Amino acid sequence: MTTTNRAPAATREALGPTLIKLRREGLDLVVVDADLGKSTSARQFGDAFPERFFTFGVAEQNLISVAAGLASMGHVVFASTFAVFAEHAFDQLRMSVAQPHLNVKLVASHGGVSTGEDGASAQSIEDLALMCSLVGFRVIVPCDVVEAAAAVEAAARTPGPFYIRTSRPKSSVIYTDGARFEVGKANTLREGRDVSIIACGLMVERALAAAQTLAGAGVQARVLNMATVRPLDLPALERAAAETGAIVVAEEHLAHSGLGALCAQALASSHPVPMEFVAVDDRYGESGTSAEVMDLMGLTPERIVAAARRAVDRKRV
Amino acid sequence: MVTQTPVDLHALARRIRRHVVRMVFEAKSGHIGGSLSATDILTVLYASVLRHDPQRPDWPARDRFVMSKGHCTPVQYAVLAEFGYLPVEELATFRRAGSRLQGHSVLGRPPGAENSAGSLGMGLSFGLGIQLAARVQGLDIHSYVLMGDGEQDEGQVWEAAMAAAHHRAGGLVALIDRNGIQNDDFTAKTMSTEPLDEKYRAFGWTVRAGVDGHDLDAIVEALRWARDVRGQPTCVIFDTIKGKGVSFMQSNPAFHGAPPTPEQFEQAMRELADGADGS
Repeated sequence: MTTTNRAPAATREALGPTLIKLRREGLDLVVVDADLGKSTSARQFGDAFPERFFTFGVAEQNLISVAAGLASMGHVVFASTFAVFAEHAFDQLRMSVAQPHLNVKLVASHGGVSTGEDGASAQSIEDLALMCSLVGFRVIVPCDVVEAAAAVEAAARTPGPFYIRTSRPKSSVIYTDGARFEVGKANTLREGRDVSIIACGLMVERALAAAQTLAGAGVQARVLNMATVRPLDLPALERAAAETGAIVVAEEHLAHSGLGALCAQALASSHPVPMEFVAVDDRYGESGTSAEVMDLMGLTPERIVAAARRAVDRKRV
Repeated sequence: MVTQTPVDLHALARRIRRHVVRMVFEAKSGHIGGSLSATDILTVLYASVLRHDPQRPDWPARDRFVMSKGHCTPVQYAVLAEFGYLPVEELATFRRAGSRLQGHSVLGRPPGAENSAGSLGMGLSFGLGIQLAARVQGLDIHSYVLMGDGEQDEGQVWEAAMAAAHHRAGGLVALIDRNGIQNDDFTAKTMSTEPLDEKYRAFGWTVRAGVDGHDLDAIVEALRWARDVRGQPTCVIFDTIKGKGVSFMQSNPAFHGAPPTPEQFEQAMRELADGADGS
């Protein structure tokens, strides 16, 4: 499967229009925002339904506990901010939301290093580690704007807390409108028997490009879009390990605590196979365009190709 | 039952204090001082102001009591038990394995616990969320949020204070149990939070300060005043005594989070016995 012909779009653009659609369908939504509603697109909902939209200024801790209070009254509550500022409210997510398992959906844009020019402070490379550590949270990193819309809708219709990470830059549209999305289900975007590349978010597009290159060299790579980072799709993961015997995990996050670490932990007890990881090493990013910073941090198709070759080689030992 | 008016609130408050001391003594841990300082406020709130029905803890139109100083579960559970949300005998399970009654507040455990708390500073935000939801739903209800004065150190309290005034959150009532002592020491030595009344006023709240938090008539008058303010958040600052009711615990920072010895327990129960204070 390759990308569609649609013009590139940012995953963050999906939030506002999807929430408006869902409210028009009668969902009991309330949306809260912390002075970034234009960037996260949540503000579009506020323009359409001002009586169900509350802003709290630059105060993320208050934002999250208010969201919890709203959810305790029965509403489906969407909170939005940037991923790094969601980290600012970690204990609020833990105690106000996760422990009572309230119906709060946090949609955090500007995830990862692709945030770019704003530099290291604005680049969340640890948000998935934090959010995956919250008991009962479902954590989703959509790979394109179509999947992002579907993930927002799925979160709205599924009880319990969610974290959805979206991205600042425009990226290729991989799915066609109406593509099915299921929480906790990985999606095979390309079949292959030699190695599996498991990716989420913007790394899915790079994984597909890498698979194309590998095919030219006679290596058939399976590409799995693991949009739901928690809970992992264990059956799909185990099938990938059993059927291809080697795995590469690619993500826009610190290597030691994200999707790769979770996949490795899951497979270690059931289907241990050679694994390689394309992620952010133990370092912070810097300024540059999205593409420049992604390259700088090694989040490229070329690195995925090299990792896949290493993994395949290790199979033969 | 929507509101209950026990004949003798003094006797009820004394009974609740005895529960508090016994729970912490038997559990060998728990927060006794800040429970005793808040006992009269909560007794009056549940008896005379809060619109609630222990038979229907999920009644949508109930007022909410939000426990922000979530370490003071001894008084919260004792009040909920006395008002019929759980059997009084269950208080003996406080802090024990398998009990619903954890050391710090957990939403729904027992019924009547409206929020999870422990990390300080989140309750006012939670209460604001409830009142904004009430606005969306067209419900005329109140949220009474109990905070400590040490808790005012938390930055989130002031984020919530600013936001509540901005959104003109009528029905949101902050109750501050100003007992002057926090975990390590007196609040004045630990972190200066005064003047609290001027701070809340500057943040856009309607404030009543200097209310004697152990004068039951003064408490009911202040709570009814706060309840009847429309269209803006209100704050009542109660002057209280940490450890109130037990002579050697009063204003003693040692009894923030430490249990009494067997001898201290016996003496405390004697002091809290009916008739011991001449009433």
